[in-house]
Amino acid sequence: MLVNQIAVFLENRKGRMAALSDALSKEKINLIELFIADTTEFGIVRMITDDNPRALKVLKENGFTVTSNNLIGVEVADVPGGLASILSAFDENGIDIEYLYSFSRKEAGKAFILVKVADNDAALKALAKYNVKPLGKF
Amino acid sequence: MTADIFDKTHETMTRAQMRELQRERLIKIVNYAYKNVKFYKDKFDAVKLKPKDIKDLSDITKIPFTVKSDLRDNYPYGLSAVPINDIVRVHASSGTSGKPTVVLYTQKDIDMWSECMARLIAATGVTSKDICQISFGYGLFTGALGLHQGMERLGVAVVPASSGNTERQVMLLKDLQVTVLVATPSYGMYIGEMIEKLGYDLKDFKLRIGLFGSEASTPEMHRELEKRLGILSTDNYGLSEIIGPGVSGECYLKCGMHINEDHFYPEILNKDTLEPIENEYGELVLTTLTKEGMPVLRYRTKDLTKLNFTPCECGRTTARMEKLRGRTDDMLIIRGVNVFPSQIESVLMPIEEIGGQYEIIVTREGALDSLEVRCEVADVTLLDNYKRLENLKDKISKSLKVILQLDARVKLVEPMSLKRYEGKTKRVVDLRDLSKI
Repeated sequence: MLVNQIAVFLENRKGRMAALSDALSKEKINLIELFIADTTEFGIVRMITDDNPRALKVLKENGFTVTSNNLIGVEVADVPGGLASILSAFDENGIDIEYLYSFSRKEAGKAFILVKVADNDAALKALAKYNVKPLGKF
Repeated sequence: MTADIFDKTHETMTRAQMRELQRERLIKIVNYAYKNVKFYKDKFDAVKLKPKDIKDLSDITKIPFTVKSDLRDNYPYGLSAVPINDIVRVHASSGTSGKPTVVLYTQKDIDMWSECMARLIAATGVTSKDICQISFGYGLFTGALGLHQGMERLGVAVVPASSGNTERQVMLLKDLQVTVLVATPSYGMYIGEMIEKLGYDLKDFKLRIGLFGSEASTPEMHRELEKRLGILSTDNYGLSEIIGPGVSGECYLKCGMHINEDHFYPEILNKDTLEPIENEYGELVLTTLTKEGMPVLRYRTKDLTKLNFTPCECGRTTARMEKLRGRTDDMLIIRGVNVFPSQIESVLMPIEEIGGQYEIIVTREGALDSLEVRCEVADVTLLDNYKRLENLKDKISKSLKVILQLDARVKLVEPMSLKRYEGKTKRVVDLRDLSKI
């Protein structure tokens, strides 16, 4: 299934991340997941909130460069080899991964993997062949 | 579109008629300045020049230059040609160091100034049916009152909004159905950004013409203003030492700025030898031909431009000056290479993925100068992945390299994070002098 995420351009300077989370907390928007890579000058913050359309609007109003896009979301068992099974599915079908991130819900014994690819339709088609469990509610 | 010619007599005379008028007025002003301003008498006497030696326009090169420091040294009233009871207005330019330079006007000067402004305003296509918002800061600065008087002279309804409180500026533009905007180009850009930020559609506005002056701007900047504000964006030129705005301005055809030559006599000189040159870029030197309160002879503007004497398709025959290539003062020498901020602007403006504001930072790292250009990320599709952001940085660096022959570090920053100015924008931060301390 497709999972909607929000991407925000952030300069790597003091207080910017705080400004971003402040803007969301003032509007009582909850972060479900957050992902940033470390770079020297700027970063792209990627996140999923409990209300993405509203988060998008709030951040825009606060002057952030922000957009939203869809990732492929899959659910695997939280056991060794869980990720590998998915990656080989992509690999065998020649689907290039731009980036991915994952998080797990220990209590449910599940891990969620979110993958950014160029062509979502092709990726979904490939995954369908492999009995992959699409991501449910998290 | 067309535009009325405000003063057919002076704006459409033949070159021969114009030269004769300029010759008569030059002789008159030289005698007037010599007789009434001690500073000019001393200058003439020092080089053994008599007013009667000036018989023709070509004799003007015998007259010593006037420079900015002359105005500062004679602060505040030293260059006045009339007693204070004849002065009706005082303006001052922003002095970056020490005292400002003060300029003085008689009522006749104010009338002449208003006429000159009205001509330039009419040339852009503005008529008495228009409503004009002036978003220049009012005060000692000549820009706001200069445009204000010219607009009123033409019968335009003036909204003297002054600068600042940009949200309110947008509200006034919209609610008052303003058709003409006067601002610095960078403030015009900020107003455009604010319109977008507030979520308005350009259809909510009646704007049709912009007169953006008081700082040098590239054609690319004006194209961006036209796009953002849905207007015809014109440039105009002037300086307080001469009169303020009103020296020259673009007509609606935007092919050079028409000079009010019957009042301001232009020369173009090689910027190093100061010899007169034709058909090439050089320093603009101006002489006021009719000013009463404070006549100024051969003022070195430090602005680089060139002149075109062919008649314009708009019907005017006055000389046109090219958009400023830059001020000799603004030129940066980076690793021995001459760099004008306008060159950088011309590279950045057409790039869609970044916004209209930018900043140039020059530092010294060890023995080497280093150039950094900061631009704001505007296009959200760049957020797809880091590669796109990196590609954009590369694209900007490469374009800068082609124009400047110099490696520049490009830094992408968040939108609205660069400082916005309501008046003259400071685009360049040169930290090299600081690092010497």
